[in-house]
Amino acid sequence: MGDKKLDDQIAEYALRLGDDALVFGQRLCEWCADAPTLEEDIAISNVGLDYLGRARMALQYAGKTLGRTEDELAFLRDSGEFRNLLLVELPRGDFAFSMVRQYLLDEFELLFFTQLCGSKDDTLGAIAAKTVKEVRYHQRRSANWMQRLGLGTQESQARTQAAIDQLWGYMPELFEMDELETSLLQAGIAVDRLELHSKWLNTVTAQLASANLQIPQIDWQVVGGRKGVHTEHLGHMLGEMQFLQRAYPGLQW
Amino acid sequence: MSELSPLFEVFLRGRRGLDHIHVGSLHAQDAGQALEYARDTYIRRSEGVSIWVVESKDIHASQESDVASFYDPMDDKPYRHATHYTLPDGVDNM
Amino acid sequence: MAEANDLEQVFENKIDAEEKIEPKDWMPEGYRKNLIRQMSQHAHSEVIGMQPEGNWLTRAPTLERKSVLLAKIQDEAGHGLYLYSATETLGITREEIVQALHDGRAKYASIFNYPSLTWADIGAIGWLVDGAAIVNQVALQRTSYGPYARAMVRICKEESFHQRQGYESIAVLARGSAQQKAMAQDALNRWWWPSLMMFGPHDADSAHSAQSMLWKIKRKSNDELRQSFVDQTVSQAEIIDLEIPDPDLKWNEQRQHFDFGEIDWDEFKQVINGNGLCNRERLAQHKKAHANGAWVRDAVAAYVKGKTGESGE
Repeated sequence: MGDKKLDDQIAEYALRLGDDALVFGQRLCEWCADAPTLEEDIAISNVGLDYLGRARMALQYAGKTLGRTEDELAFLRDSGEFRNLLLVELPRGDFAFSMVRQYLLDEFELLFFTQLCGSKDDTLGAIAAKTVKEVRYHQRRSANWMQRLGLGTQESQARTQAAIDQLWGYMPELFEMDELETSLLQAGIAVDRLELHSKWLNTVTAQLASANLQIPQIDWQVVGGRKGVHTEHLGHMLGEMQFLQRAYPGLQW
Repeated sequence: MSELSPLFEVFLRGRRGLDHIHVGSLHAQDAGQALEYARDTYIRRSEGVSIWVVESKDIHASQESDVASFYDPMDDKPYRHATHYTLPDGVDNM
Repeated sequence: MAEANDLEQVFENKIDAEEKIEPKDWMPEGYRKNLIRQMSQHAHSEVIGMQPEGNWLTRAPTLERKSVLLAKIQDEAGHGLYLYSATETLGITREEIVQALHDGRAKYASIFNYPSLTWADIGAIGWLVDGAAIVNQVALQRTSYGPYARAMVRICKEESFHQRQGYESIAVLARGSAQQKAMAQDALNRWWWPSLMMFGPHDADSAHSAQSMLWKIKRKSNDELRQSFVDQTVSQAEIIDLEIPDPDLKWNEQRQHFDFGEIDWDEFKQVINGNGLCNRERLAQHKKAHANGAWVRDAVAAYVKGKTGESGE
C-alpha cells in the first residue's frame, strides 16, 4: 500500500492483539502441573498453545512494520510499551477466577474475531479466520464450565460469583474505541468494539443467569492498557518472562 | 470428599473410511466433557477425524472362561477364509 | 485347585508364546501387583516430570521455545493419562493410584528430584532424560501386558520429538556465547549421572527385575538398557562439542561398547530416600494442586448429579 501512516496504525493494532494473546497465554502457562485434574491440565495447555500461536502471528505482523522480531517485541519491551488489556494481565487466581476470565473473554473474542474476518487487511483477516475456529472451542468449553461451577456446589457458586464481581470492572476496556481504532474502523480494517457490546452483554447475562450467576452492579471500572498504563502485576510478569533475554542480551536461543 | 468421576473409553476414526479404533480411556463427569477431554488428549497431533466415547461400564466383554465356547467352534471353518480355495492357474486375484 | 493350575498354565503358555495378556484374562496376583507397581510408577513419573520443565515454562527465552515446551509438557500429561488409564484396566482406580503416590507407597522416577536450575537444563532433560526414557520405553513396547504395550507404542511415537527438541535446544547453546556454552556443559554435568541412574540398580541388585523378566513385563535388563543409552549418547555429545563428565568413558573394541565409570550408588540411594533437592517440593506441589482442585471436582460431580436427578424426575 505504501501508506506509511496506515501501516503504522495497522502495526499498532496488531501489537494490541498480539499483546493480549501473549500476556494471556503467559498466564495460562501458570496452570501447568497445577490444574484440578490431569485432563484439565491438558485442556488448559491446549488453550494456552492457541494463544501463544496467535500472539506469534500478530507480533510477527506488527514487527514487519516496526522492524522488530516477535521475540524482540515480547522480551525487550518494558511494561509501559505493552498494549494489552488489563483483564489479561491480572494474576491467574483460583480456578473460578481463571475460568470466568476465560469465559468473559471467549464470548467477546468470538464476536470480535468473527467481525475481524472481514477486515480489508488480508493478514489480520487471516489471523482472525484461524482464531475464530480456536475461540469457538474455547467458548464452548468455558461456557460449560460456567454451568458446572455455577450449578455445582455452594462453594463453587460463591467462588465463581466472586470472580465475576472482581473482573467486571475490567470489562469496559474491551469495548473502548480510541482514535486509532476509530480511524482503522473507517478504513474497513478494525472492528467496531462498541457495536459488539450489547450482543456480548446479552449473551453473557443469559448464560450466567442460567448458571445461577449474576452480573454485578458495580460503580468502578479501570482502563489504561492500550496506552501502556498497567496494573502492578504486569511488571512482575515481565520480570519473569523476560529474564533470559535481559540477563543475556543479544543471544540466540 | 471428592466423588469419583466415571471412566470413559475413547475410540478414534483416524481418517474417513477407517473404523473407529480404541485408543485409551479417561475420566470425565459426562459424555460431553469426555468428548472435550478426548479431543484435547487423543488428537493433539490431528490423529483423528471422529471420536466416540463410551462409559467403560457400558462395555460388555466376553470372558476368558468362555474362550472355548466363543472361539474354538470358529476354528474348524477354514472354508470361511478365501485362502481355503485353490484357484486354477491364470486366475491371479480374486 | 486343579482349575487354578490350569489357569496358571494357560497364562504361562501365553507368555511363552509371546502372546499379550489382556485385561479380562486370568493372571497371577503377583503379575498384577508387579504391573500396577511398575505402570503407576511410570505414570507418576510422567506427571511429576512436568514440574522441573514447567519451572522454565514462564521463563522460556523465545516464543517458539515457550510453545514447544508447553506442547511437550502437555504431552507428558497425556502420557501420564495413557498410563493411568492402562493401569486402571488392572482393577485399581485413579484415586487409589494417586493416593498411593501421596502416601509415599508409590514412587516416581527419582531423577525428577533434581532441580532444573538454568534454561540449559530444559535441553538436557529433553536430550538425556527423555533419551533414557525412550531407550526404556522402546523395549517396553514388547511388554507382555497388552494395554501397557499399546500405551508404550503411542508414547514412543510422540517422545521422539521430545528428545530432538531437547538436543537441538542444547546444541544451540553449545555453539552460542561462552556463557551459553558453559551453561550447556554445566547442565550435562549435572544431568548425566542421574540419567544413567534412571535405568535402576545393576541387574544383580534389582529387587523386581528377575521376576519381571520372566513374566516379560521387562524385556531388557537395567544394565543392557543403560549400555545402549551410553552407546548412543556419546557421539551425540561429541557432535555438539560437549564433554560427558566421566573420565573412565572409552570405547571398548572387544565388547563393541563404551566402558563407563561406576555410578555413585550412595547418591542414588540418598535421592530415592528423600534427600534430593526437590523430593519434598515435587510431592507437595502435586498434593497442593490436587487439594486445590477438590472443590472443582466436587462441583462437577454435584452438577452432574443435579442434572441427571432433574431428568430422572
